[in-house]
Amino acid sequence: MLTRRLFLSDRGGMVTLALLLALGIVVPLLNLVVPADSPLHVSTYTVTLIGKFLCYALLALSIDLIWGFGGILTLGHGAFFALGGYCMGMYLMRQIGARGVYGNAELPDFMVFLNWTELPWYWFGFDMFWFAMLMVVLVPGTLALVFGWFAFRSRVTGVYLSIMTQALVFALMLAFFRNEMGFGGNNGLTDFKDILGFDIQADGTRIALFLASVIALMLAYVASRFIVTSRMGRVVTAIRDAEGRARFSGYRVEAYMLWLFVFSAMMAGVAGALFVPQVGIINPGEFSPLNSIEQVVWVAVGGRGTLFGSIVGAFSVNYAKTWFTSSWPEAWLFALGALFVLVTLFLPRGIVGLLRRRRAGGDA
Amino acid sequence: MSLLQQTRETMRRDRVFDFMLPRPDFAQSLDTRHGPILYVEGVSVSFDGFRALNDLTLYIDDGELRCIIGPNGAGKTTMMDVITGKTRPDAGSVFFGQSIDLLRLSEHEIAQGGIGRKFQKPTVFEALSVFENLELAMASDKRVWATLFHRLSGEQRDRIDEVLALIRLSDLRDQRAGALSHGQKQWLEIGMLLMQNPRVLLVDEPVAGMTGEETERTAELLISLAGRHSVVVVEHDMAFVRSIARKVTVLHQGSVLAEGSMDQIQNDPRVIEVYLGE
Repeated sequence: MLTRRLFLSDRGGMVTLALLLALGIVVPLLNLVVPADSPLHVSTYTVTLIGKFLCYALLALSIDLIWGFGGILTLGHGAFFALGGYCMGMYLMRQIGARGVYGNAELPDFMVFLNWTELPWYWFGFDMFWFAMLMVVLVPGTLALVFGWFAFRSRVTGVYLSIMTQALVFALMLAFFRNEMGFGGNNGLTDFKDILGFDIQADGTRIALFLASVIALMLAYVASRFIVTSRMGRVVTAIRDAEGRARFSGYRVEAYMLWLFVFSAMMAGVAGALFVPQVGIINPGEFSPLNSIEQVVWVAVGGRGTLFGSIVGAFSVNYAKTWFTSSWPEAWLFALGALFVLVTLFLPRGIVGLLRRRRAGGDA
Repeated sequence: MSLLQQTRETMRRDRVFDFMLPRPDFAQSLDTRHGPILYVEGVSVSFDGFRALNDLTLYIDDGELRCIIGPNGAGKTTMMDVITGKTRPDAGSVFFGQSIDLLRLSEHEIAQGGIGRKFQKPTVFEALSVFENLELAMASDKRVWATLFHRLSGEQRDRIDEVLALIRLSDLRDQRAGALSHGQKQWLEIGMLLMQNPRVLLVDEPVAGMTGEETERTAELLISLAGRHSVVVVEHDMAFVRSIARKVTVLHQGSVLAEGSMDQIQNDPRVIEVYLGE
């Protein structure tokens, strides 16, 4: 019953999960087992690149949940992604210990540079992995809870809410740029050495992080699928389409939206935490409003309201971005803009919608 | 008012804050021994200086079918907004039975407590199927966790089938609600109200946009509902009102102008003046 609800009635999702599984098996094999001079060898650079895309896909999935199903266009999801990333970054900073440039075991380099003498209180506990992992979900979750509680309770909706989320991410960016905040300011957190005692640059660690991203994405997909196929998911869709009717049917609209928003923010936080060790840096640029808008474009391009469409969108747009920025960098922003316009005009259901239409046309 | 006076007023000794009162238990304390199920007394609402309701007093008896008519802007929809908790009045009181104060409750509590409302424009969940629309409307635990793990029981399935038959949409149960005709949406929305097991149904213009035959069937349905439920119908279509009404209330400029049987109303010189005169 549950299997059928989660998997069998969702062909696109099945294909996506199967592809992710294949990716999780094939890529590590081609990287570790196949010798480096073979044409089939996958370089560690490529593994890390795909790992990065997987984190973006997880972020896109969280946006699709709140935008595609809840109807809330969030232009600030990058905030939760970056907060999750900073929590992981703080753990990695504490792991450097005395190996920093200044050789101070108690303080990260940037604090020594600022002539700080002791660790700020909010850095306590981040030398423990379990604590940092807890914070990865709790910090974005709490911010979403507070922000959402005020926003949904005062019944702010539509474009006003979008602008507020954008303001939120912008305010956080400005705050994190300040050195006094104690998060490394402009430069952010970087120069990581190891994670859980393993060298962060080693191939094995890279593969482990890659696999963790694959597993996190697959689990998040199944969890999201469980939510949207449950009665709660239908209530959320109902609220999106007719909020008044849902209210007068006896549903507490604020509670549903808040719950979904917090869950989505936590997912984004996990994505950020997996992202940071793979790219090796987190800085306030992740809070840039432009990033958050780009993330929404991934979902729109893939096809919102389908869950797996957001994964497809995150992969295809980021692949295009990688290609453009290496071979034709000045054109990338124009291409992104054109893509968004074209998708909005001609593909309201995104790439997934295009595939579905083609199949329906073929059957007829 | 000075700050001191304001503080004294807020903290006066007999003050009872809303959050300190016990939550009303709808099943236990709905008391209709004296006849009426809804008491609307002295209610006034203003929007930017415009008085939408002006000292409105109205009683609805348990199990009665009441029609409310009145020209545009008479305050019919605002009255429904006040009863269902969407609008808070500036003055007056609204009680459900003798002891439940509706002005203290929010929309979803009032809806769960047994007051159902149909909107003027038919409003259904367009992306969901007809069956799912009824499922969501069904009276049950409507908190987030409960709905996340909810599974439909056989009994609930039967109840949905029963209502589907009543609103004549059994054949279209898996149809997307957005694809229904206007009249079918009206019926689906009435069906959704019934799924809530309400004691009071507030129905805003149920036959707008319906064909003659559909109108007739709606009239039959509403008449059959009265008795078990109290039904309040707001309608413009006079022929329809005549066909179902036993008691009619005429609203004008936010208060009750006349009340009585259809014949009494039609011969009332004040009603004639409001509708035809000036």
